[in-house]
Order: sequence, then structure tokens, then C-alpha cells
Amino acid sequence: MKKFKKGFIHSIETMGLVDGPGIRVVIFMQGCCLRCLFCHNPDTWIPISNLEISSKEVVDEIRKYRPYIELGGGVTFSGGEPLFQSEFLLEILKLCKKAEIHTCIDTSGTGYNKKYLDEILKYTDLVILDIKAIDQENYKKITGKSMDMFNYFKDKLIENNNKVWLRQVIVPTINDNDDYILKLKEYIKQFKNVEKVELLAYHTMGVDKYKKLHLKYKLKDVESLTKEKLQELEKLL
Amino acid sequence: MIEWEGFKGIKWQKSIDVQNFIESNYKEYTSDDKFLTGKTKRTEKVWNKCKKLLNKEAISGVLDVETFIMSGIDNFNPGYIDRSNEVIVGLQTDEPLKRIVNPYGGLRMVKKSLEAYGYHLDKELEQNFKEFRKTHNDGVFDAYTDEIKCARHNHLITGLPDAYGRGRIIGDYRRLALYGADFLIEQKKLDLSKFNNISDVSVIQLREDISEQIKALEEIKKMASRYGFDVSHPASNAKEAIQWTYFAYLAAVKQNNGAATSIGRNTTFFDIYIERDIQRGLLTELEAQELIDQYVIKLRFVRHLRTPEYNELFAGDPTWVTESIGGMFDDFRSLVTKTSYRILNTLNNIGSSAEPNLTILWSSKLPENFKKYACRMSIKTHTLQFENDDLMRPIYGNDYAISCCVSAMSIGHQTQLFGARINFVKVLLYALNGGRDEITGELVIDGIDQINDEYLDCEEVLKLFDKVLKKTVKIYVDALNIIHYMHDKYAYESSQMAFLDTNPEYLMAFGLAGLSIVVDSFSAIQVGHVRVKRDDRGLTTAFDTEFDFPRYGNNNNIVDSIATNLVKRVYNELKKYPLYKKAIPTLSILTITSNVVYGKHTGATPDGRKAKAPFSPGANPTQGADKSGALASLSSVAKIPYKNCCQDGISNTFSISPDALGKDEEVRVSNLIKILDGYFTSGAQHLNVNVLNKEILIDAMNNPSKYPSLTIRVSGYAVNFNSLTREQQEEVISRTFHEKI
Repeated sequence: MKKFKKGFIHSIETMGLVDGPGIRVVIFMQGCCLRCLFCHNPDTWIPISNLEISSKEVVDEIRKYRPYIELGGGVTFSGGEPLFQSEFLLEILKLCKKAEIHTCIDTSGTGYNKKYLDEILKYTDLVILDIKAIDQENYKKITGKSMDMFNYFKDKLIENNNKVWLRQVIVPTINDNDDYILKLKEYIKQFKNVEKVELLAYHTMGVDKYKKLHLKYKLKDVESLTKEKLQELEKLL
Repeated sequence: MIEWEGFKGIKWQKSIDVQNFIESNYKEYTSDDKFLTGKTKRTEKVWNKCKKLLNKEAISGVLDVETFIMSGIDNFNPGYIDRSNEVIVGLQTDEPLKRIVNPYGGLRMVKKSLEAYGYHLDKELEQNFKEFRKTHNDGVFDAYTDEIKCARHNHLITGLPDAYGRGRIIGDYRRLALYGADFLIEQKKLDLSKFNNISDVSVIQLREDISEQIKALEEIKKMASRYGFDVSHPASNAKEAIQWTYFAYLAAVKQNNGAATSIGRNTTFFDIYIERDIQRGLLTELEAQELIDQYVIKLRFVRHLRTPEYNELFAGDPTWVTESIGGMFDDFRSLVTKTSYRILNTLNNIGSSAEPNLTILWSSKLPENFKKYACRMSIKTHTLQFENDDLMRPIYGNDYAISCCVSAMSIGHQTQLFGARINFVKVLLYALNGGRDEITGELVIDGIDQINDEYLDCEEVLKLFDKVLKKTVKIYVDALNIIHYMHDKYAYESSQMAFLDTNPEYLMAFGLAGLSIVVDSFSAIQVGHVRVKRDDRGLTTAFDTEFDFPRYGNNNNIVDSIATNLVKRVYNELKKYPLYKKAIPTLSILTITSNVVYGKHTGATPDGRKAKAPFSPGANPTQGADKSGALASLSSVAKIPYKNCCQDGISNTFSISPDALGKDEEVRVSNLIKILDGYFTSGAQHLNVNVLNKEILIDAMNNPSKYPSLTIRVSGYAVNFNSLTREQQEEVISRTFHEKI
């Protein structure tokens, strides 16, 4: 009997309606190497969780929702950073493809093991790429990490011609200005096969999690971005 | 016949067969909603008057009551809202929203209701009625056994229709429009002549019933003639078809006060007449919409006199004028017509409303455009419910309708003997308390061993549970047999039965409340290591679990199979007994808003629920227990077997925030369609959909005046949020709202 790889899952949301097309089972995977200021899932940072399951079990769980997800939906791997467990993710993706399930990864484009990246992209139908910042300096400021890994991923994505949705979180005082949006508009021109560009409003719903984890919340004086402001910025794109 | 000119088909002309008439003449509509129009000036004028009346009624609870005349088909002078602008006419009494006194169900109930609103029954009327007439309630209590009375007052068996109209009957009111009263009377006389062999009591009863039905039809003719219409002949145009159908229904709600008096499935039928009139150049689209708008206005004005206790059970003055819309004709053609759109468009023209209870018979094969429109209106108004046509059509044929919330029946050929529900949680608690009620301490079910162990043993509990269940079902069946015998005897609904086949098939509808709690409790007992706390009477007061246990609502096969297993156990018990009118037993998992009251009368449970806390509504997972997302929750409910088990319906209420459903309206509509397609393809039966933010409900609870017309779906019906009690509002808010993460 084939032995399936095991990995760490944070949780499963059985009905995701905004992370990819149609109805999607969203698998929140554990582990991330970025420490974004506005992260609302700090509980997924550490590489292990209580939920250690095999790739097959993950896919079996997804298959339970076939009547819903086969209508133009599928599965989305989010996190945490799904690429953080590259080998595990790849095995799941392959099984999903075998089961004819549409796959999507919701990623920051970091934390991967290079060895598996090409194959991961091959088995992924849609990449939702979270752009943290468009220059080294700000990237570092926001994520705490260098932009190199992201840049490598970005080039791979373009090279492989993967279908992408681009996302950018808009945080008051950091990037909620016309100037940034116009620069972003230029920046994203390098991507091919872009289906959608979404600006996401920064919100403070993750704050309580920091308290529980005894972590310091660095944006504590920043308020949520208003819907009106978001719509205003969206018009510039 | 001149009224039938232009209609195709022969079979329906020879004998009563509305389904064949529809099949031969309806025109499916698959395009979009662009043809729809707004309301006419006349409708606007009528509706403006209505709004004023409704506001007045909202303040006092009851606008007026007729205390000098009793219920009856033709006992009242004609009434109007705004006579010169009403296109469809007819009110229950001579004034809009004036309620009827119906003492046939029980006089005490009537007096209590009147007193609650500051009215008194005319002395002479009361005296005479008391002296000369026995009521349904009197009859029932003459026959009730001590066991039934005990189970009843300990709230083991609750909500029984033993003091109010049983309802749930759907007359095929279309028959009056298609055939006219004279033809129907002829047919009934023919039937009467067939039952001449007086071999037993049932034949005598049937002959008496048919004669009553004939009298009712004669009375309907008289009632309609007071409004200036001759319904002895068939309707000759769309306006008459709708008017006749409404008169037939109106007779039902003048004569009876049945808890749920649903109107059937009329839009496709009406559409045939509307199409013919439009073809003949007699009707414009605006006028067609006017007819439907005004028909719906009338349905919104149906009222019954209820006691405050009744309102606590079924909040918001519901009448369940359920109108079933859509569905498939066969695997290829739907029954969607332009009038299916027109009736949903009333929600735009005259605003959202709890009644009529608009029910979409959903199939994944419905025209895509209609799915979109229905979902758009659902998202906009939170007043629609959806039920699985692909599940029900093979059982009831393509001309069935929903009665009340989730009860399907073939129109004109089947009817229901409504039976409320047992408090399923008490069945479990009685097993833990030697058959005694956990609150009163009374011995309700005898012969049950008392458990005294500190920790509950699953096998032992199950054995005792089965014993309690067996005895409870027996008592329940006895009660319903008595109730329906007496209801027929003392409060017979001749006006509704007149529109059914003479020998319809009867479905006796049993029900369960509190399923999720019993399921979770068994899961707790099985794996949670449950420790019992008892008071000095030895009755259970609290339960502690030492380990976490899986709960119903998370698509966990082990727990979900407990639910399936339990409902099957109940149904298998029900099948053992002969029922009144040779009825077929059916079972529902439905609570309406009574889940709050049931909870109030029920002690703490092994799943950790505190004493007096509300149950979850219908078949919903316990509030907050479904932690694995909406699809997991829906999937658990979808596993409960409908066919040959819970065939009286499995109600599920689903609330989701707009942001979680999708970014914009188009995406929300498309996602809702997929949720419904997926849910019903999985074999589920019913879904109430509320797309709204919890915060709005909280705000509405605290500032009701800001939301005068906020309507939401509860369990099986829609209700104005303001008309719920504070406790019910809190329960609705505590339900799982699927939100964006």
C-alpha cells in the first residue's frame, strides 16, 4: 500500500466563497516564514499544529463536498503559507488533479522548497498571489523578510504562464494613497494571464488572536480601511 | 364550454384533473425578468391603505374582532379595503384585518384570546353555543387517556391541535376556477351515490362528509355572489380565475382557523389564463402584474384569533399561506412561467412580507434565469424558502404543493392530519430519570428502570431510551387518532374537503423537536464520559463531560449516523400502529419558532446544554456546534433520510453574511445557486436562506423602530423580526452565521 505524506493543517473551512471561483473548500495550512504586520492568522505561523494528517485524508475530506465544488468551484490552499510544506502540498495537488478537482493556492510566493516549485505550479489551476509590497524596502518593512524569494516565485509564475489573481492588502498609513496604487498598476503589468486584481481592506479582526498568543500587535494604532476609501482606490486600477 | 375556449386537452374536461389541464396548456418561460413591470396606481392606492391598517394593527396586536358572528363560509357581509381600486376582492369579515371567532375548536381558547386583547364574546352567542354545541376540544378531552394528559402537561407531547384548527389541508382551490361550483357539486353528488353500502361507520361518516362538502360549495356560491360574482360556472378570464381560486381559499379561512392554511401551487395555473387573455388582447403585462399584486395583498391580510401562548409557540402571527412556485414538469421541462416571476416581483412592488410563504420548488434543472431571479430576490428580501423538487416530485408527482413549511402533498389527492411534535429531548431525559419528568418529577412513562450510576453507560441508556420511545410513540399515536376523529366530528373543514377527491389519501404527520441535542448527547455519552449530577429527588440537573466529543453539524459520519439512526427508530415505531382514516405516518424535523418554548420546559442535557436553553430550530445543528464551515453543516443535515422516513419534511435554516457569500451581487447570486444545487443534489429537502449581517439583527433588536419591515426566515416561515419575542430574537442571533474568515 502506498504510504501518504503527512503534514500539518491549521483548519478547514468547508465553504469559502471568496478565495477563488465558485464554492471552495479552503484548507488552511500551518506554517509561514513571513511576519506581516497586518497578518490576521498569526496562529498559523509556527510550523506544527494539533492536526497532522495525510495527503490522502485531506483529499478525502475535500471529496466529501463534491456536489458543491464541482459546479465551477474547487479547493483553495491557504494558510499560513501553503508553499511552506511544499512536498506535502505537491502530493495533495496531484491527488486533487487525479480526482479532477480544481486547485488554487492562495500564497505570498515565499517559503517554498525550490525543488518542488515547478511541479506545484504545474498542478495548480489558479494562483492567488498576495503582493505585500512592490519594492525591497517596503517589503522588508511589512513582512520582515527580503523580497528575493518572492521575486523568484513571481518569475516562475510568469514563465509557467499560470492563471493568477493578484491581491494587495491596503493598510491605512502604509499604502492607502493614490501614488502607491498607480505604481502598483504599473508593477502588475509584468504578469501574464491575470484574471483579477483585488484590493483587500485591512481589518482588525485578527487582533484578539495576538492577545491569545501573547504576541505584540504592531499595527495597534491603525484603524480598519473604510469601504469608501477602498472603492476610491479601486477606481485607479 | 365557452369559458374553456382556446384551451387544449380532453381528459381534464371529462373529470376533475387540474394537473392534466396544466400539462396540456401551460407555456414554460425560460428567459429573464426584464418583462416585469411595477405596480399600477390602483395597487398603490390599495396598498397605501393596507400599510396604514398594518401599522395600526402592529401597535395593538389585533385590529378588531367580530364578536357577534361566528366563523362560517357565508356568515359575514362583504368587506373591502378600497373598493374602487381593488381588482381582486374578498375579506374574511366585513372589515379588513377584523378577526373571526371560531368556537368549534374550543370555546375556552376563544375566550382566552378575546380577553388577551380586551374583547368579549357576545353573551347570547356564548350562552347558545355552550348550550347547544359541543366543541372539538370537549370531544378530545372526553376521550383522552390519563397517559396522554400526563404526557401533554409535562410537555413530552406538545403543540397538539386539540384546541385549535389542525390546518395543513390544502384544498385544490383551482378547481373552482377551472370547473365552477356547479360541476364540482355534480361530481360530489355522483360520489355520494356510489357509497350506498352502509357496511360500517366509515361509510356513514363519508356520506355525511360529502353532504357537508356539497353544502359548503353552495355556500361558497352565495358568499361570492355577495361580492357580485357567479362562481357556479368556470372562470372565463385571468381575473376571474384568480378571483375564483381566491374565493375558494377565502371560504377555508372564513370557516376554519387551521394553524397553517396554505394555498397550494397556483402560478402556473394562473399563467395559462393570463397568457390566453394577453393573446386575445384583453390584458397587458401591467394589468397581469396588477392581478398578481392584488392577489398577494389579499393573502397578506389573512388573520386568525390566537392566544398569547400560541403566539409564543408560533411567533409573528403566521398563517402559512404557502404558495409553491416553480419545480419541474419532467426531467426536461420546468413548470416555471412568467407568473412565477410575477409573484416574486410582488416583493418589489409592494415590499417584502412574511406572507404569503413563498416557496421555490428547486431543481438543478430549473431554467438558469429563474434560478438567478429567485436567488436575487432571496438575497434582497430574506423571505423565500427553497425545497427540493427532485426529491419530492418522484414521490408526489409534479402537481404537489407544500403545506405550512415543509409538508409536501399531491394537490387534491392527498391531505394531512397534522400532529405537531414530541419533545425528543425529553424522551432521552426520561430514559435517564426512570420515566419521570426531569422538572416536575412526575412519572410520565412507567416501567422504566432508574439509572443511579455516576457515569452514563451508552448501551444502558440506549436500551432505556428505546423503551421510553416505544411508550411515547404509542401515547402520541393514540392522541392523534383521538384528535383527528374529534376534529372531523366537531370542526370539520367542509369548505376545504370540497376541493379534495372524495376519498383522498391521508398522511398523519408526526414530528420531532430537539434532534440535534439528542444526537450530541448520545455522542457525549459515547465518547465524552458523561458524569451526572442529580438533585435530592434523584432527578438529573446537570452533566459534565470529561472528554471532547464530536457534534452533529460537522459532517462527521459517526455522529451524523446517530441522527439517521434515531429518526429511523422513531419512524419504525410509528409504522406499527393503525391510524385513523388508514393514514400513512410521516415524520418531520421541524420546530417553527417553538424551539425556544420547548427548551424552556426542558432540563439540562448531556451535551452540555443548560436547563431551559432553547433547542436549535428544525434539523439545524445546535447553535455554534457546527464549527467546520457551512458546507459541513449543510452536509450533516442532508444526510437525514427523507424518503420513507422524514417525509413530512426536514427544515434547515441557513444564515450567511453578504460579504461571505461573495463580493458583489452577481457573485452572491451565482454562489447561492451553487449552494442550493449542491445541497439539494446531496438529497436535502429544505433550506431557509437569510443573507444578512448578525449586526443588523442585534441593532434591530435594540432599535426596532429603525427596522419596521425587516423580514427574516426562521424555521419554515418568514417573520417580521420585530414581532418575535426578545427570547426568540436572541435565539435567532445566537444561531451560527456563516461569516467570512
